[in-house]
Amino acid sequence: MKTMERIYLDYAATTPCHPEAVKAMQPYFYDKFGNASSIYSFGQEAKAALEESRQRVADFIGARPEEIVFTSGASESNNAALKGVAFALRGKGNRIITSVIEHHAIGEPCKFLAKEGFEIIILPVDKDGLVDPDAVQKALNDKTILVSIMHANNEIGTIQPIAEIGRICREKGVLFHTDAVQAVGHLPTLVSELNVDMLSSSGHKFYGPKGVGFLYIRRGTKIKPLIQGGDQERRFRAGTENVAGIVGLAKAVEIAASEMEAEGKQLIQLRDALIQGILKAVPDSRLNGHPAQRLPNNVNISFAYVEGESMLLNLDLEGIAASTGSACTSSSLEPSSVLLAIGLPAETAHGSIRFTLGKWTARAQVDRVLDIFPKIVAKLRVMSPLYPGDKNG
Amino acid sequence: MAETPLPYSEKVMDHFRNPRNVGVMENPSGVGKVGNAVCGDVMELFIKVENDIIIDTRFRTFGCGAAIATSSMVTELVKGKTLDEALKISNKAVAEALGGLPPIKMHCSVLAEEALKSAIDDYRKKQTEPK
Ligand code: FES
Repeated sequence: MKTMERIYLDYAATTPCHPEAVKAMQPYFYDKFGNASSIYSFGQEAKAALEESRQRVADFIGARPEEIVFTSGASESNNAALKGVAFALRGKGNRIITSVIEHHAIGEPCKFLAKEGFEIIILPVDKDGLVDPDAVQKALNDKTILVSIMHANNEIGTIQPIAEIGRICREKGVLFHTDAVQAVGHLPTLVSELNVDMLSSSGHKFYGPKGVGFLYIRRGTKIKPLIQGGDQERRFRAGTENVAGIVGLAKAVEIAASEMEAEGKQLIQLRDALIQGILKAVPDSRLNGHPAQRLPNNVNISFAYVEGESMLLNLDLEGIAASTGSACTSSSLEPSSVLLAIGLPAETAHGSIRFTLGKWTARAQVDRVLDIFPKIVAKLRVMSPLYPGDKNG
Repeated sequence: MAETPLPYSEKVMDHFRNPRNVGVMENPSGVGKVGNAVCGDVMELFIKVENDIIIDTRFRTFGCGAAIATSSMVTELVKGKTLDEALKISNKAVAEALGGLPPIKMHCSVLAEEALKSAIDDYRKKQTEPK
C-alpha cells in the first residue's frame, strides 16, 4: 500500500515550528546553555540573545523592549494580564468586561475572579461573531478596571474592531487587554494602532516553538506579577528564562515580519477557494464567522444532519487533520460555546468543521479536500435519521 | 475547540468505516427512534420479526464514531435472536463486542440499547393492537 500524503489543516491549533526557528534555537541547548542571570560569559551570551529577541519582538509590535515580558505562552499571558490587573486595581473598582467568545484562557480566569468578588460583564456577539464597540462603551462604569476582548477568534476567525474598542477604553481611562494569539504573526498588530495596553501572544501559533509566548504591557500599566521568585523579566515573571524558546519565538517574529503580508494574500485565496468549493458542493451547509472580517486562514462550516466527530474521523482516515465544534469531541459533551454564541442551534453546532490553513498549505491539498470532503458528508447523510433526503431528487 | 478524536479500538473503526445494515427498512415490524440526552445524538433502528425472531435490521444514526459503531454492532448482534434474547443485550455487551469504548464514550452505547428496546416495544404494541 502506498503511504497516503497527510494533509494538516489545523494550523489554528498549532503550527509546525519553522526549520529556521529550530536552527536558531539549536545553539542554546548545549553550546550556549548559560543562565541569563549569571555574570560570567556563559550567562552573558544567553542574556545577549534574550535581549536581542526582546528587541525584535518589541519592534514587531511597535513597543519598547521593556514592555515585553516573555511567558510560557498565551494561557500564562492571559492569566497574568487579568489577575495581575485585577489584584493591582482592586481598590479602584471591580468590574471587568469581556466577551462571550473568548478562549478558555480568558474565560476560566474570569470565573476565578468572579469568585474572588469581581463583577465580570460578558458581552454578547452578533451573528458573525462581532463584539459591538457601543456595547463596550455602555458597559463601562466608574468601577471598571479592565476590558479584555480577543483580537481574532480561534474557531470562527472573526476579527474584532480592536482599535475602536481600544479608543473607547482609552477615552475612559480604562485598561484594555487583547488576546492576540491568532493574530500575531498573521495580521498587523502594532500596539499603537490597536490602542491596547496589554496584548497576549504565543509562539506556536505562528511557526515558533511551543511553551513560549509573550505579554506586552504598556509602560505605566498598574499590574501585579503572577509568578514570583527571582528577578527575571524586571521582577514581573520569575523563573529562569527559556532562552532557546525565546530565540525561536524571535526568529518566528523575524520570518513573519518579512513573509506575513504575502502569506496572508495567498492564504485568503486558498481559504476562499475552500469555502466556496465546499458551500457549492454540499447542500445545506453554511459558513460560520464573518465573511470578510476574517482570519486569512480560517474556514468554519456547518453541515446540517451530520455530526462533527464522525466527519473528523472520516477525514482522518483520508489523512486529513481538521477540528470540530461538536459536543461529541468536547470533554464536557457540550457543543462549542462560540458557535452557540453566534446563534447556531446546538444541532448545527454539532455538525461544524474547522479547517485552518498555513504556510505550507498547497493548492493541491485544498483540491484534495474539495474532492473528498463532500463525499464524506454525503455518506454520513445517508446514515443520518435527520436527513430528509436529497431535495433535488 | 475540539480535541482530537478519541482513540478507538480496531473493531470500532471497522464498524465505523463499514457500518453494517445502514438504511431505512420498507415495512418494518418495529421501529425505535431515540435521542441521546447527553450530547444530542439520534438513532433510528428498524427490525423485521418473524416467529418471534429478529430476522433483519437496519439503522440510521446521527452521532459520533462510537455511536455509529455501536449502532452497527447492535444490528449484527440481534440478528437471529428471539425478542427476549435481544432484550437482554445491554449497552455494556455491545461495547464489549466492539473491544471496549473510551469511558467518555460509554453513554453513546446506551443509545443502541435504548433504540433496540424501543423497536421491540413498538413491535409488541403493534401485535396487541386490533388490526
Ligand atoms: S454520540 Fe455524542 S459522544 Fe457519542
